[in-house]
Amino acid sequence: MSTSYLVKNVSVLGGEPTDLLLRDGVVAEVGAGLEADDAEVVDATGLVALPGLVDLHTHLREPGREDAETVESGTQAAALGGFTAVHAMANTEPVADTAGVVEQVWRLGREAGHCDVYPVGAVTVGLQGERLAELGAMADSAARVRVFSDDGKCVSDAVLMRRALEYVKAFDGVVAQHAQEPRLTEGAQMNEGELSGRLGLTGWPAVAEEAVIARDCLLAEHVGSRLHVCHVSTAGSVQIVREAKARGVDVTAEACPHHLILTDELAATYDPIYKVNPPLRTRADVEALRAGLADGTIDVVATDHAPHPHEDKDCEWAAAAFGMLGLETALSIVQETMVDAGLLDWAGVAERMSYAPARIGRVADHGQPLEVGAPANVVLYDPSVRRTVDPAQSASLSRNTPYRGMELPGRVVATFLRGRPTVLAGALV
Amino acid sequence: MKRHLLSAADLSRDDAELVLQTAAELRSLADRPIKKLPALRGRTVVNLFFEDSTRTRISFEAAAKRLSADVINFSAKGSSLSKGESLKDTALTLEAMGADAVVVRHGASGAPHRLAHSGWVRSSVVNAGDGTHEHPTQALLDAFTLSRHLGRGKAGSLDGRRVAIVGDVLHSRVARSNALLLATLGAEVTLVAPPTLLPVGVDSWPVETSYDLDAVIPKADAVMMLRVQRERMNGGFFPTPREYSRRYGLDGRRMATLQDHTIVMHPGPMVRGMEISADVADSDRSVIVEQVTNGVAVRMAVLYLLLGGAQPGGEE
Repeated sequence: MSTSYLVKNVSVLGGEPTDLLLRDGVVAEVGAGLEADDAEVVDATGLVALPGLVDLHTHLREPGREDAETVESGTQAAALGGFTAVHAMANTEPVADTAGVVEQVWRLGREAGHCDVYPVGAVTVGLQGERLAELGAMADSAARVRVFSDDGKCVSDAVLMRRALEYVKAFDGVVAQHAQEPRLTEGAQMNEGELSGRLGLTGWPAVAEEAVIARDCLLAEHVGSRLHVCHVSTAGSVQIVREAKARGVDVTAEACPHHLILTDELAATYDPIYKVNPPLRTRADVEALRAGLADGTIDVVATDHAPHPHEDKDCEWAAAAFGMLGLETALSIVQETMVDAGLLDWAGVAERMSYAPARIGRVADHGQPLEVGAPANVVLYDPSVRRTVDPAQSASLSRNTPYRGMELPGRVVATFLRGRPTVLAGALV
Repeated sequence: MKRHLLSAADLSRDDAELVLQTAAELRSLADRPIKKLPALRGRTVVNLFFEDSTRTRISFEAAAKRLSADVINFSAKGSSLSKGESLKDTALTLEAMGADAVVVRHGASGAPHRLAHSGWVRSSVVNAGDGTHEHPTQALLDAFTLSRHLGRGKAGSLDGRRVAIVGDVLHSRVARSNALLLATLGAEVTLVAPPTLLPVGVDSWPVETSYDLDAVIPKADAVMMLRVQRERMNGGFFPTPREYSRRYGLDGRRMATLQDHTIVMHPGPMVRGMEISADVADSDRSVIVEQVTNGVAVRMAVLYLLLGGAQPGGEE
């Protein structure tokens, strides 16, 4: 019989302190003054309880780039960040475009046991954007894939995108689009603007993202499918999604923590630790993303956790890889940019980082309110402390965090996956 | 002056004038039978060229040698960096050899900046052209040349002089550095290009812009033509090379509209018949060959000021 946990004096979603009894994988009791002789007591005074976080956008790199991250190390980082489920992107080697590969990733996640791993299936064979992968086979596999994405590459062919949107309706899937018009971003290195012109780095115009999002919203509307937009990064994109939603288009969107806090000014260092796809944008874009996340235009915060080995960042900008770590800092950045800024309360954080991503990914066992009978997926978070980010402390095999030395609020104290702690006292169990 | 020369923006007006005045003193050396000074004896200058370059590399080599520095030439093109050894490892190797200054040409914008700020090397870093970013010593030699022909009083002052920079500004590191430096020295710079070859945000640069070459050049004191690289010709930036030449090339007909004192410049290598016609390049107005001579003096001044310290006259 597994251990039960009695979480004392915890503030569920920032509410009045209460107790939670986690037993047999579910939230067994909720209320002040609970007692359970057989349970291990966790004093959670001053801590906030949130439903286990769900990431719609994680790169675990396995199979293929086990030097950068493995399912084991990536899910450890996820657990330390308060996540109980992650969606593993398809751009592995081999690409997750068959039932075999997605089942392998799914099984590796089960064996690791730090959080649930939901593989994302590639939309097109080999991410080549030429013909549909066997989406149905991936949906019917043990991995039960519901989210399909060529992330890292855009499904830029309009006919192919239309067919994908239509086809996944058969199994209630969703296409998560990496919106990047390829011709407008050939050789692109950073946000196109005054700074890219000055630095001599090829610009990445906002319109390259916005044009694809606008087209896809129209396509989704036309064929009556649901669409998810990955890593929205510009003010214009937020407005396009806002207008599409107002028209009734079944579209959801995500924003990444780094796009909520960092700006393109950092490219002036030429340090590729700040090189990411889509690129860091302007302060005005950051403000628009925050506003969009606050008003629900943006449904989800997703990390786009993208580990890279040191040598792929310790070089000149143009030669460096795109991407940055995100799992272990996401909640702190949301606190800093949204909660402490008064734009979102803890219930809002639960919606954006747990309920909504679970809904979009059709993940039944996650993203449920912490009520009696719900799966005991819980994160205990201390918003009162501040910490300085030390890359060496990360569970990730990679060190490419842009937040090195930055002081951020909050710390994950404990994470429970179906009542079993994956993190206790801030450390992996 | 700062320890590195990475961007023309690193130079204050005082810094730039000091470089140009020092270059003027060193320039006189070129006319002497013995062209060598002992100023950098025992110091090592590494020319680290990751991109093909003839004139810039030779110019830096001559400059360092005339100051008695030891020179190591390292051309990575086709060797280690093509695949394998990284910029970092190359830099560490040079550091181990005891380089005092690294002159770097690289295809990636910001590579010299990375060298200077990554902690890989302790030496001074001189940007000899990085990607589509900057080429500050080219701007210095252009300013020096302008100053010799159009200068007002002390070396370096270009107050009120009008310079037109014409061509592929978008991809030109020469244009970026010149726009910054010439403005610092008081010149009024106009960038002339088709709209497709002007960078986004150019309106915030300290320059004017125009799409109309014929409207600009009659008022200019100097016209600097930029090379149009072959790979741009098929890049869709303009319909055909012929149309480009007609609208933005400097030929004899356009040269006739220049003021008598106006000079014609080109950083080289030229594409004769494309951005500049042969009769213009070879005309009396052309200072293109002189630019090369001045390049050595300016680079001597830069190396001297970054590595030396005392005034050049006192070391002989």
